[in-house]
Amino acid sequence: MKQLDFEALKHSPSFKPLSVLNEQGDVVNEDMMPDLTDEQLTELYKQMLWSRIVNDRATKLNRQGRLGFFAPTAGEEASQLGSNFAMDKGDFLLGGYRDVPQLVKHGLPLAKAFMWSKGMVNGNKYPEDLAAVPPQIIIGAQYVQTAGVALGLKKKGAKQLAYTYTGDGGTSQGDFYEGMNFAGSFKAPALFFVQDNLYAISVPAKVQTAAKDFADKAVAVGIPSIIVDGMDALAVYAASRQARDYIVAGNGPVMIETLTYRYGPHTLSGDDPKRYRTKEEEDAWHAKDPVVRMKNFLTKKGLWSDDKDKAYTEEVDKEIDDAMKEVESQPAESVAEYLQDEYEVTPPAIQHELDRLNSKEGK
Amino acid sequence: MAKLTMIKAITAAMDEELARDEKVQIFGEDVGKNGGVFRATDGLQAKYGKDRVFDTPLAESGIMGLANGLALTGFRPVPEIQFMGFIYEAFDQIAGQMARYRFRMGGSREFPITLRTPYGGGVHTPELHSDSLEGLVAQIPGLRVVTPSGPYDAKGLLISAIRSNDPVVFLEHMKLYRSMREEVPDEAYTVPLDKAEVKQAGSDVTIISYAYMLQASLQAAKDLEKQGIHAEVLDLRTLAPLDEDTILESVKKTGRVVIVQEAQKQAGVANQVARLIGEEGILYLDAPIKVVAAPDTPYPFSQGEEPWLPNKKTIEKAVLDTVNF
Ligand SMILES: Cc1ncc(C[n+]2csc(CCOP(=O)(O)OP(=O)(O)O)c2C)c(N)n1
Repeated sequence: MKQLDFEALKHSPSFKPLSVLNEQGDVVNEDMMPDLTDEQLTELYKQMLWSRIVNDRATKLNRQGRLGFFAPTAGEEASQLGSNFAMDKGDFLLGGYRDVPQLVKHGLPLAKAFMWSKGMVNGNKYPEDLAAVPPQIIIGAQYVQTAGVALGLKKKGAKQLAYTYTGDGGTSQGDFYEGMNFAGSFKAPALFFVQDNLYAISVPAKVQTAAKDFADKAVAVGIPSIIVDGMDALAVYAASRQARDYIVAGNGPVMIETLTYRYGPHTLSGDDPKRYRTKEEEDAWHAKDPVVRMKNFLTKKGLWSDDKDKAYTEEVDKEIDDAMKEVESQPAESVAEYLQDEYEVTPPAIQHELDRLNSKEGK
Repeated sequence: MAKLTMIKAITAAMDEELARDEKVQIFGEDVGKNGGVFRATDGLQAKYGKDRVFDTPLAESGIMGLANGLALTGFRPVPEIQFMGFIYEAFDQIAGQMARYRFRMGGSREFPITLRTPYGGGVHTPELHSDSLEGLVAQIPGLRVVTPSGPYDAKGLLISAIRSNDPVVFLEHMKLYRSMREEVPDEAYTVPLDKAEVKQAGSDVTIISYAYMLQASLQAAKDLEKQGIHAEVLDLRTLAPLDEDTILESVKKTGRVVIVQEAQKQAGVANQVARLIGEEGILYLDAPIKVVAAPDTPYPFSQGEEPWLPNKKTIEKAVLDTVNF
């Protein structure tokens, strides 16, 4: 695939979004077609379909009160999983509340992700070898921490990077700028994604800034940036893969802006998109559906079919059922447990609180 | 008069003040077309226009910096921070700037800012959406910290806050937004800042609380009444500076005190009340002061909320311990 010139992108980001597939799933940019095997292409699609199914099931489970907090991901599969697909297992992921699909595909058991949704601390007890932190709730906080993780990886001489995500809204936080600026200053191996889905809850992206594109913001900190069609998994993958190679080679951070759309509400806690966006706009973005586009591409190549879709859906449904079983058989959490886990060495005042609690519970 | 929820009473207060004073400016994340994530500003942008009620970029420090700047140019800003857990992002603009500007400039400038923000637990939010951080702001001299326990006070206190020329942090407990209704006058009225209120008179013990825990305390008092214990229930309403006279008067009358807050024991307002009574009211006391508060851990994830939060039962138990001391 053609080499992106990241040094040139430092001062003039590419305003024309990079794309590989058109809306019908035909390759329109051979030069940028990533060199993935048929197996890898199929796997990338399966991850996207998996995410769509989890999104739909999680929405239902939330409505039934069986899951808790959920930020819908439908529409953003190419952006989330096309980028994640370019990372290595040892790369460190710092995502936001919507970036749960990447986290699971990076190694977090689905049951743990569901426990996090339900509000169980067990969901955040991570396997030792998982290079990731729980989804960040405070917008922007993950960006500054990414600079720190990246610098840590650099100091250890790891051939690995830290990658993080925020939305169009998140670009307004001071932390957003500070994170990129620190990483740039330390030439730390960090990859910053901005997933521009046009709204921060109800606030349109154009309220966030007078900058023409969010990618412009990288110019001020002296790091390269590029805009990609975030509904096109192959374009997102191509840019992410090349950015990863450039960063891991020791060239410093990169920012990638993906143009995408969230089909559902902001979260399932009462948001009603009808209050702030039109049906016409939603329809136009549904015509670009990233899952459908990738499926068409694979189908035309003879790699996929409706039957395979159906069989795989059953597999994922079973995976979700199993995860829910695990979630629903968790023991209740207790305050004593929280106090016990709070400090490495329990201070006397906390011990007194524990003693009082235990004597009460004993009765 | 109509029976309103607290959220509607809050909207009504802002509506009154926008109409009354063209200097009032309402802004924050999602407060415009969307009317706020809790609909506190529902319909206000349509009624008063985008110049008066508007969305900002997503940055809490920016929002509070804007408030300080608008105050410096003669406006009366009413910024919203979407959840109180996000004030950490804006802490310098609140604590390092807004609270001290008047002092810094020797009283030669006014800072008529009312920062509104929802807080409080029991509603199953993600992390950092439920924390009771009132103690953090109550320890900052220069601010008034106000929190209503129901719809009537919410409207009157918010109008007082907006009309005040001092910066006010106005805290809205989320669990009160839609869980109760009260008669609320249609017209504008004020409830005084700096004044606690005896919600229920009693002789045996004083329960001091505020916001949602005040409602829990009233319920506990009702149960205790059946056991022959007459509790006096005091609503602080203004958490800083405290209404010391009303607190001490009640303690003098009953000789026993239970202070109830939803925040952790090591945090907050209850300690300040206990300090006051310890210093100035200790000789009125027939029993040690009791504090009902949450355990000293970060606010738990939603599955842990119920055993963690104080409630009617824990309040009753503390009152019985105090009365039977
Ligand atoms: C510091 C902070 N401020 C506000 C919020 C509340 N909030 C949650 S999501 C959101 C909008 C975020 O929009 P964007 O960054 O575009 O990401 P998206 O949700 O669209 O993926 C807001 C205001 C928060 N979680 N943290």
